[in-house]
Amino acid sequence: MSHLPFSPPVWALLVPAASALLLAFVRDWRRAAQINVAASFLSFCMALGLFAIPREEPGRYLLVDDLNTVFLVLNAFVGFTTSLFSAGYIPHEIASGRLTPRLLRFYHAMYQVLLFGMTLALFANNIGVLWVAVEMATVTTVLMVGIYRTPEAIEASWKYMMLSSVAIALALFGTTLTYVAARQALGEGTEAMRWSSLFKHAAELDPSLLNLAFLFVLLGYGTKVGLVPLHAWLPDAHAEGPTPISAVLSGLLLNVALYAVIRFKILLAGNSHVLSPGPLLIAMGLASVLFAAFMFYRRRDIKRLFGYSSIEHMGIITFAFGLGNPLANFAGLLHMALHSLTKSGIFFMVGYISQAKGTQKIADIRGLTESHPFLGWGLLAGTVAILGMPPFGLFLSEFLIVSSGFSTHPWVILLFLLGLLVAFSGLVLRISGMAFGRPTGRIEPIQVIPLPFWIHMLLVLAAGIFLPTVVVTCFRQTAQLIR
Amino acid sequence: MNTIGFDVAHLLSGSLVLVSFILLYQDRVFALLHMFTFHALVLSFSVAWQAFVQDAPHLYITAAIALIFKALLIPIVLRRIVVQLRIHQVLETVGGIGPTMLAGMALVALSLVVTLRTTHAGDRLSREDLAFALAVILLGMLMIVTRRNAISQIIGFMSLENGLILAAAGAKGMPLVVEISVAFAVLIAFIVIGIFLFRIRERFDTVDTLVVERFRGERR
Repeated sequence: MSHLPFSPPVWALLVPAASALLLAFVRDWRRAAQINVAASFLSFCMALGLFAIPREEPGRYLLVDDLNTVFLVLNAFVGFTTSLFSAGYIPHEIASGRLTPRLLRFYHAMYQVLLFGMTLALFANNIGVLWVAVEMATVTTVLMVGIYRTPEAIEASWKYMMLSSVAIALALFGTTLTYVAARQALGEGTEAMRWSSLFKHAAELDPSLLNLAFLFVLLGYGTKVGLVPLHAWLPDAHAEGPTPISAVLSGLLLNVALYAVIRFKILLAGNSHVLSPGPLLIAMGLASVLFAAFMFYRRRDIKRLFGYSSIEHMGIITFAFGLGNPLANFAGLLHMALHSLTKSGIFFMVGYISQAKGTQKIADIRGLTESHPFLGWGLLAGTVAILGMPPFGLFLSEFLIVSSGFSTHPWVILLFLLGLLVAFSGLVLRISGMAFGRPTGRIEPIQVIPLPFWIHMLLVLAAGIFLPTVVVTCFRQTAQLIR
Repeated sequence: MNTIGFDVAHLLSGSLVLVSFILLYQDRVFALLHMFTFHALVLSFSVAWQAFVQDAPHLYITAAIALIFKALLIPIVLRRIVVQLRIHQVLETVGGIGPTMLAGMALVALSLVVTLRTTHAGDRLSREDLAFALAVILLGMLMIVTRRNAISQIIGFMSLENGLILAAAGAKGMPLVVEISVAFAVLIAFIVIGIFLFRIRERFDTVDTLVVERFRGERR
């Protein structure tokens, strides 16, 4: 094994695994929340450590390159800030009796298992291990979505369970087919499932089998990305689980599934005899944007509303990678990073709002800027950012996507813009009612930890005003890798 | 590949497709459970035969898992759940038997066409194995779609997983990691779903998912 026992990738895996074990034995939920934050912070430091060490050759088990480094650093960062948010969120849940200390022990352990699963998925140098890791992350989120045990929560996690099990089954069939496609070129055994050797010999793989494999992989992992028409689980899962989990789902797990799709896309790009995955991704991305845009108008639940917004944005990112030119890939990566930051930031706000108001129903929330100025203006700022308005970074990434595709796909871009516009007015309509007007319902202030939200919004704002050269070079290198 | 090896493998994986069809039209819980046991049994034989033909001893483990876990343990546990919850009434299907069977036939034809057309390379055994496996997977999906009852959805899902194992076993030399992980995933999935079943019972006095649907956030 080429990786030294003390290299950051190994530690980045060990930290969440060990802390999950530890958290399973911690009874005091306050202590557990602190450990959770500390462990997530350590993981984030390990992820940053990836930049400090020289890039090693892909090992037998782990693969570290520009692509998964970007994903991992983002993951670890949002994982850390969300654990902070969660530490401020759960005291309210205990006070209102929705969660018990016993459930919280389970919750904290599962949080780290989820981080471990996602890290493993990103690092794995083996399509089989990738699959196992994604499955692990899925199962933990299913358990977390159902943690409130309300009828809605059970229905949401049942649906999530059924759909994602079938999806993951399809992904496994795609994985098997990839192995069969590679077997002739790479021989039997583990070698034919290793990313590094698959990429090296991509041109020699059986093209027709690889085509079929990609279709299954796209259907399988695409369901987990939340692409239309495979999105049905997503709004429910976002609405019924604890809000920190909604933040992690939107900010991280969708990205990890997308990472799997992108890897397979790179594999296909190395073989000149296979179908080009671009049009498929464009079609699914566009369908997601348009569908989600029209769905905003009839939403009554604030978390479902932002669940649909996640569908829209995953659609935008997939669309960008489908266009596939270097600029679009760059914009896609940027959009992915900024969407994760913005959307989890919004969920932090939404979590506190639903706790302050005691409801998630949009109709019952009025005049937030007056009754809870921080929450109201925070939600508004987050919404402005997620809509891609100028001072924020998402404007830049959406602008780049549109301009990179306009010369090659003018009609498609027009449809895409239509989707963005419809989504814009839909979301503004829903949010303005909540933010302004005469406050209704509970108006008592609640205690919040504002720091995670501020960090996210400042980063998104900074990206809109000035992108540091380091970030640009890093994303550009990664974008070239995607092809 | 000697002919007898091929023929037996063919027979076994063909039977798996056949049993998938039989699963499709079962409308009683216990009959469905018995048929699923049979499904797992056929899978176990099929994998064991692959282990013998490919001279891959690790596949015997997968066969054993299929035999002990799926053909023995799961049916017993499911049977207990059914008895405890007193839900052994006639199972509801969505579309009716006739259209479902026709759809099933179309799916099998589709998987044969797709797989046999695309895999020119590869040996005949793994080609046909893939075709059968895809058929089993699609039939499992069809079953999940056409059933409302949670128990039959689980069984549909497990028959789908059986198809996956058939595919993995047929792909010559595919590393052991995967087979075990598949079995493991099924285990996890089953436990999780099992927990859900109990919770669902706790709340609604029924395991018909249509009742659960009524509680959806948006449709009140």
